[in-house]
Parts: sequence; structure tokens; C-alpha cells
Amino acid sequence: MSRRSIPLLRQLWTLPSFNLTPTRSVTYMPRPGDGAPRAVTLIPGDGIGPLVAGAVEQVMEAMHAPLYFERYEVHGDMERVPEKVIQSIKKNKVCLKGGLATPMGGGVSSLNVQLRRELDLYASLVNCFNLPGLPTRHQDVDIVVIRENTEGEYSGLEHEVVRGVVESLKLITKFCSERIAKYAFEYAYLNNRKKVTAVHKANIMKLADGLFLESCREVSTKYPGIKYNEIIVDNCCMQLVSKPEQFDVMVTPNLYGNLVANTAAGIAGGTGVMPGGNVGADHAVFEQGASAGNVGNENLVEQKKANPVALLLSSAMMLRHLQFPSFADRLELLWNGLYRMESTVRRTLEELVLLKKSLMQS
Amino acid sequence: MSASRTSLSLLRTLVPYKTQTRAVTYMPRPGDGSPRPVTLIPGDGIGPLVTNAVEQVMEAMHAPVYFEKYQVHGDMKQIPQEVIDSIRKNKVCLKGGLRTPKGGGVSSLNLHLRRELDLYASLVDCCNLPGLPTRHENVDIVVIRENTEGEYSGLEHEVITKFCSERIAKYAFEYAYLNNRKKVTAVHKANIMKLADGLFLESCREVAARYPTIKYDEIIVDNCCMQLVSKPEQFDVMITPNLYGNLVANTAAGIAGGTGVMPGGNVGAEHAVFEQGASAGNVGKKKMVEQKSANPLALLLSSAMMLRHLQFPAFANRLEEAVKNVILEGKYRTKDLGGDSTTQQVVDAVIAKIE
Repeated sequence: MSRRSIPLLRQLWTLPSFNLTPTRSVTYMPRPGDGAPRAVTLIPGDGIGPLVAGAVEQVMEAMHAPLYFERYEVHGDMERVPEKVIQSIKKNKVCLKGGLATPMGGGVSSLNVQLRRELDLYASLVNCFNLPGLPTRHQDVDIVVIRENTEGEYSGLEHEVVRGVVESLKLITKFCSERIAKYAFEYAYLNNRKKVTAVHKANIMKLADGLFLESCREVSTKYPGIKYNEIIVDNCCMQLVSKPEQFDVMVTPNLYGNLVANTAAGIAGGTGVMPGGNVGADHAVFEQGASAGNVGNENLVEQKKANPVALLLSSAMMLRHLQFPSFADRLELLWNGLYRMESTVRRTLEELVLLKKSLMQS
Repeated sequence: MSASRTSLSLLRTLVPYKTQTRAVTYMPRPGDGSPRPVTLIPGDGIGPLVTNAVEQVMEAMHAPVYFEKYQVHGDMKQIPQEVIDSIRKNKVCLKGGLRTPKGGGVSSLNLHLRRELDLYASLVDCCNLPGLPTRHENVDIVVIRENTEGEYSGLEHEVITKFCSERIAKYAFEYAYLNNRKKVTAVHKANIMKLADGLFLESCREVAARYPTIKYDEIIVDNCCMQLVSKPEQFDVMITPNLYGNLVANTAAGIAGGTGVMPGGNVGAEHAVFEQGASAGNVGKKKMVEQKSANPLALLLSSAMMLRHLQFPAFANRLEEAVKNVILEGKYRTKDLGGDSTTQQVVDAVIAKIE
């Protein structure tokens, strides 16, 4: 009898339902008035944006979450983000958005970048982790990529010197490097993370990335409890795909951050499931974590097969940001449970949302 | 024989409390990590012992809080103005028990503090802690008690107002809504005190109508006490006027493991004061002070509540994990939990378990 119990016990140990019941935030004592509904600016965006934003609206309603959305139409082909949208975000302090299509070449600058600069959302955060039940080639992935959002290669300072010769300026300032380093270490401190890795190419761009590294080193001395190391970006890409478990929090300048974030999202399950956001001193904008595929292709829009999980997990992040932790917990746990129950990941949008709604009501 | 030994160790690995939901998706604002000041009132009796335990643990965790200590004792005429000012400035306070003289002319300083800062809701969270054997299972009750009027008006007769009843009812339903609780039960004795408790119930019913997804029911306090000790799993959130709240909270704390481990606090529109949840035994006996065997766990769990209140959820998680693992392990327990450890031994065990 006892011999039989060992394999049974081993099975019990690996059973996913073991972890399904949440540790509810037992000891949360809200202030009176904390339950009053909060206004959030919603920008559906282009392509699959309206589809996934609609998914979030449906789920928030099913949960009776204490927030309401102020919707604004913004499209990638507009010259600039409308002033009333900026005013709304300044008033509400929090925004949820779908992707905005950025035209390649041409004269129109990216509206995503414009929004970040207007509101000074200097830190972009992508949380890449293995979702239980979602098979990937890499295990134990739990990386947070914190990317400087306002300067670097995205300064938009390009000009044609002579016909056939273009010069592009990469700007790195001590001010921006310092504040992104401060944010990364503060994030690690507040979230009980053990290590911060700076990603750079200072062997080639000695001055620019050198300045970035210098700022990171200065800030790291103020956090003796957190390990700090540096890695060159090419080695970093190789390490990410061979041994991703060595990384914890990564802080990067703008361009490397874009690439590293998308790579990390890819190894952990895909850009369709990773949550993320942009934060500044006063405002926060939540969107699908990694930028690749946030507008999607025509096929996805026609067949309504876009993956709403990334934006739903980002809206869970938003709920925590607005200090509604138990709603955030419920939202996240249901998604974890959902992936355990089905073997195939691709389903139509309506099916996913309906399934989720029925889970909410149970 | 060896097979059952292996399965026993496997079972042991199954049970430990793991952080299953880490606060994965928390995106702080820049500056959220700067240290916050908290007013600390050690108090009387075992108070200084247990508040010192909290100070040690906060330092071991490098938590972003620092304490402003003030000496207040139960025999003072009133709370010193500088203490009130400090709490008004910091908005958050942690305190040990203050001795209240029986009879006599001095009114309770605990009450004085609550009235001065208008901390109208008192909250005690009573739930079974894994590893702590109790006669009742599945206990998970939050008692929300009106803190400023009722029998504690100091007038030696009961005063109930619509204003206070309404705001405590609003708070209880808001708490249930924000914490995904399914039911609110109002405790009363309106069959006898028809007008006073009747007014309380009326306010509760009005607020319940605005939360259609949360169940609401009422129970007479004597039946409630009997139900608490026979079938406690039926209760979820309980809302009560002042005196019943005191009794119900201490009973619920007792069935769930004792007043030495239940966290709680007092909250108003602007301030929050955290202390050991249930009031019985928060000053302790002389023996406990001499032998330094007071239980610091209640105040440690309350300080975890405080960390969440200050928006440091990761620190709160770590502290709660460590405390729950110490209770689960069962090696270091003070006298009220059936062991013979001193306060310091328990504190060291908690610090050792912090990840």
C-alpha cells in the first residue's frame, strides 16, 4: 500500500491544479472610498487593437471592476495624437491602448513615440515569464526588461548629408540614463528581485553606451542588496536563447531594449501573451508588452483571431497600479487556469472571452 | 517501512507554503521606493517587546519604512499632542496595547486615539493558519466593527446614529467588494433594542441594496456566538456595532488560533492605525513581560497589512510567507500556541525564513 502511494504522491506533486487556488491578499485593509470607480483613457488603435481592447472591456464588465473607460479614436496615419486625448490621459493618469500602426519611411513620425515623449513616459517595462501550461522550448524564464523610452536611437534626428548619405544621431544623456537606472533598481527593490543586468555595446560605442553604463554603476552602489552585472548585447542575445534563466531584471537603452524585449517575449511564449507598460513620473500607459505584432496582420483582423491575453494581463497590471489587487489576482489566475485546461492555444477571440466570462460567473 | 518514510518526506515537501502568486505584474511609479515614516507607539506591558520585534524584522528585510517612536502609557490623562500630530502627518501608525484602568475617572486612551483621528472602522482578520491545530477548520472571517459610538460612547448608555451606521456599512460592503468576498452578515440585537439596533440594521439594508452581487444577511448576537463556535465556516465578512464587535472579534480570533496571531487595524477616512487584531491580551500579563514570552506574530502580520497599505506588496508577501512558514514548521512557538519559545527566538526564526 505504501509502495503504491509514492508514485501517486509524485503525480499529486506535479498536478497543476495544486497551485490553482490563490493566496488571496488576506491582509489588505482599504481606506474608505477606495472602491470608487476610476476613469481610464482607452485608445483602441489600429488593426487588431479594437478587437483586443473590446475583449478587455467585456472582461472588466463581467468582473464588475471599479473602473470605466473613456474611449478615443487614434490612428497611425494621423499627423499627431489629438490634444483632447493627451488631456484625458493627463487627467486620468492611466491609459490602456492597442497598437498604432507606424508607416515605414515617409514623413510621419510614430505616434507611439510621440505619445511617450509628450507624457514623458521614460520607462518601458515588459514582463516575460513562462505561463503554466503553455509549452515553450525554454523553462524557468522570468525576465523583466526595462527599456529607456525617450532617447537613444529613437531621437528621430536623421538627415541626409548629401544625396545618398544619411546620418542618424543616437543621443544618450546622463539625465535619462540615470533615471532609467534608478527606476530599474527601484523596481528590483520593490519586487524582491535579485539581479539587474545592463545591456550595452560600449566596446564599440564607447562614449554613448559608456555614459549609460556609468550611470548604471553609480545607481547600483546605492542598492548593495541587489546584484549588478553588464553584458554586451550580442552575447546577451545568444545567452537569452540558450540560458534565459540567468537573467532577472534587464536595463537597456532604447534600441537594444526593443530587440531584447521581443526576444525575451518570444522565448517565453510569444508577444501575444506578455504584459507590459510605459511609465513616467506622473502617468502610466499599459499596452501589449512587446511591440512586435501589436497591430497584427489583415488575416488576424478578418478572422478575428487575435490573442487578447497580452492586453488582458496588461490590464491586470493596470488594476494593480490603480490599487485593486484582488481584481488583478482574479484576472491573472483565471488565465493561468485557462491555459492548463486546453491543449491548443489558438482559439477564436469570441470563444476565449466567452469561456472566461463563464468562469467569472461561476 | 522505508517506503512510508519516503512518502512522509514527500508529503512534507507538498505542504510548505510557497509564494504561488508573486506580484508579477506590478509596475511601480518612479519614487515609489522611497522610505515612508510610520509613527510607532510601543505602549504598555508586552507592547514594547512585540513592537521591537517588528522593528527588528523590518530592518532585516530592508523595508522602506522608518519609525518615529513615541512613549504613551495607559495612565496618562490623554494622548500627547505631538503623537497625534505625528500620526496626522504620517497617516499611518503601528501600536502596542495601552492599559486601560478599570473603573476610575481615566477614559481609555485607545478609545481616545480612535475618536481623535476618527478611525471609525476596526478590522480583524481571523483565519486558520496552516500548521496551527484548532478545533475549527475553514475559518476565514473578517469582523468589521464600528469604532466610535454604541456602548462605548462613554455616556454609559448606548448611542447609535444613522451617520455612523451608514458609514460602517458602506465600509464593510466596500471591503467585501474590493477583496472578492461573497457575503456580509450584520450582527445585532434588534429584537430587544428595537430602535438602536433597528437603526443600525436599516442602514445596513440600504447599503446592501447597492451591492447586488454580495449576499447580505442578519443574525442576532446570541445566536451568532453559538454559530461561531459550532459552524464558523458559514461566516465571511461580519459587520457589527461597537460592543458586539469586540466580543465577536475576540471569539472569532479565539476559534481561529488565538489573539496572539490575528492581525487587524483601525481605519478612518485619512488615517490608519495597525495593532494586534483582537484586543484581549494585547497588554499581557506581568509573567509574559518578565519571561519575554509574548507572541509577536499578531503584530508582525499586522505590520504586513501595514506594508500593503503603504503599497509595498512584495515586502508584505515576504513577511507573511516567513511568518506562515514559522507557524507551519512549529518549532518556535510561544506559550499561547502551546510551545515554550521566547519572543526573541520567534523573531529570529522569522528573520531566518525571510527570502
